Amino acid sequence: MAAPRYGSPIKRAATFYIPLTVMVGATLFPFYWMVITSVRPDVELYNVKANPFFTLHPTLDHFYYLFELTMFPRWAWNTLFIAVVSTGISLFCGLLAGYALARLQFRWAPSLGTVIFITYLVPPTLLFIPLGDVVKAFGIGDTPWAVILTYPTFLIPFCTWLLMGYFKTIPREIEDCARIDGASRIQAMVRISFPLAVPGILSAGIFAFTLSWNEFLYALVFLSSPQQKTIPIGVFTELVRGDVFYWGPLMAGALLGSIPVALVYSFFVEHYVTALTGAVKG
Amino acid sequence: MADQSIEPLLAKSAASGAQAIAAPVAVAVPKPRRPRRLGHLLEQEHILAGALLAPTLVILTLFIAYPFVLGIWLAVSDKVVGRPGNFVGLQNFWVNIHDTIFLRAFQNTFVYTFIATILKLALGMGAALLLNQHFRFKRIVRAGMLLPWIVPTVLSTLAWQSMFDATFSVFNWVLLNVGLISQRILWLGDGTMAMGCLILVNVWRGMPFFAITLLAGLQTVNPDLHEAAEIDGANAWQRYWRVTLPLIKPIMLVVVLFSMIATFADFQLIYVLTRGGPYSSTHVFGTYAYEIAMRAAKLGQGASISLFLFLLMVIVFQLWYIRRSD
Repeated sequence: MAAPRYGSPIKRAATFYIPLTVMVGATLFPFYWMVITSVRPDVELYNVKANPFFTLHPTLDHFYYLFELTMFPRWAWNTLFIAVVSTGISLFCGLLAGYALARLQFRWAPSLGTVIFITYLVPPTLLFIPLGDVVKAFGIGDTPWAVILTYPTFLIPFCTWLLMGYFKTIPREIEDCARIDGASRIQAMVRISFPLAVPGILSAGIFAFTLSWNEFLYALVFLSSPQQKTIPIGVFTELVRGDVFYWGPLMAGALLGSIPVALVYSFFVEHYVTALTGAVKG
Repeated sequence: MADQSIEPLLAKSAASGAQAIAAPVAVAVPKPRRPRRLGHLLEQEHILAGALLAPTLVILTLFIAYPFVLGIWLAVSDKVVGRPGNFVGLQNFWVNIHDTIFLRAFQNTFVYTFIATILKLALGMGAALLLNQHFRFKRIVRAGMLLPWIVPTVLSTLAWQSMFDATFSVFNWVLLNVGLISQRILWLGDGTMAMGCLILVNVWRGMPFFAITLLAGLQTVNPDLHEAAEIDGANAWQRYWRVTLPLIKPIMLVVVLFSMIATFADFQLIYVLTRGGPYSSTHVFGTYAYEIAMRAAKLGQGASISLFLFLLMVIVFQLWYIRRSD
C-alpha cells in the first residue's frame, strides 16, 4: 500500500467518512429495526403517532409470546440439527470428491467438474416438485431427513468446488514425499493432504452451515407440521395469519433466528471471507 | 450413516495432523493395515477416484439428476395433484406464452435481475474502494458489512416488510414528520413501487457479497502500478479506470455471473415481501412457478415455467462463457 495521503480533513470527510457512515448505517439499520420492534410494547407498535426509533417502555412480552405460545424453541433445535447434519454429509462428500477432482488422473475428471458446476444452474423451483416424489418414495416427508438429504444438492457442489480449489493450492510434492517414504495412496491422502486442507474444510463448513440455516423453499414445501419446521419457516408461516402480522413476535423471532448464524460467522469471519472469495476465484 | 463415518475420519486426520507436526518422520512409518487386495486396487488412481466420488454421485443422481429428468417430463405433461399426467407435448409452453401473468413475470425477472445487479455492482465497488483504505476499526466494519448476506433472507426480509408496512411504515413516519409528504405512501401498494422495493431489498442483501469479493480483488492489485501511473501523470479517476479496473475485471465478471444466477432464480425474497402481488404484478419465474404448482396444484404447468427459467439461464451462461473465452 502506498503511504496514505488524503489531503484536507474536509475532503477526507466528504470522500470517505460520510459515504462510509451512510453505507454502514444503511447496512445495519434493519437489524436495529428488529431489535427496537421486538422490545416495543404493542400500544406503541400500533400507534401511528409514536416515534418508531426508540421506546421508553421496553418490554419482553414478545419474547414470552414466542417461547410460550409458539414452538420457537423446537424450531431452533430443528434448524440446528438439520444444519449440522446436512453440513456434515456435504463436507464428507465434498472433501472426497474435491480431492479426487483436483488430484487424481482419470478420464472424466474435467467433464465431471463441469457437471458439478452446472448443477448450480438448476433452479430449486424446478427441482422441488419432482423432489417431493422422491421424498415421498423414501417415506421421509415431513421429517428432518426430507431436508437433510435435499440440502446436499446445493451444498455438495459448493463444498466440492471450494475444496477442489483448495487442494490445488497444496503442493503435490508433499504427498509425493510421503509416497516415496512408503505411504500408500490412501495414507498419503488421509494423513498428509486432508490435515493440510483443514482451513479449507472449515471455510466450506461455515459457509454450508449458514446456507442450510437460511434455506427456505425446500423447508417450506417438505416440512408441514408445526413441530417439524425450521426457524425461517416457522416464523414466516406461524406468525403471519392471513393479513395479520404480529410484528412484535415476528421481529423477536427474526432477531433470535439471526443471532446464531451471526455468532458462528463472527467467530470465523476470516474463514467465511475465504470461502466467499475462494468460490468466485474457483 | 454418512455423518457417523465422517467423525472418526476427521478425528483421525486431525490426530495425524498433530502427529505430523510433532514428528514429521513418523508419518511414513505406519504399515498399511487394510487387506492387501483392496489396498492394491485403491492404489490405481481411477479406481480410487471412483470410490471417492461415489457418495457425491449417488446423492447428486438421486436428488438432482433423477428429479431433473422427472421435472422435464412434468413440464411436457398435464400432471395435476392427485391424478397421473399424460404427455401433452409443448402445450404447457403454449399456454405460458399466452398467459399475461407469465409474460409479466418474464419481464419482471429481467428487470429485477438487471437493475439489481447493476446497482449491486456499482455500490459494491464503491464499498470495496472505501474498505480498501486505511482506517480504524476496519476489520469490524468489514465484518459488519457482511451481516445482511449472512442472516436468513426470510428473517431480514420480514424486517423490511415491517418497515414498508402500509400503516406503520418507518419511512412514512420520517417523511411525514419532515414534511416531505402529506399522506402515506403505499410502498407495496402498486406493481412498480413494489418492484422498486424488491430491488432495494435485494441490493441491500446482495451488495456485501460484491463488496467483499471485489475488495479481495482490489487487494491483489500491486500498488507499484498505481505509483507508476501517478508518476506518468494519471489522476485518481484515470488510475482507477485504466489500472485497477482491467486488473480486477476477471473477478468482477465471476461475481456478476454468480449474482445473476442467484437473482434470476430468486424465490424467497419476493415470496416473503409481496407473494407476487399486488394483483400478480411482481411475480418472477420462481414465485409464479411455485404459485401455479402449489396453490393451483398444476404441477406440469409449474414445472414448465421453471424449465423455461432453466433454459434461459443456460443460454445466458453460454453467452457469458463464449464472451469470456474470446
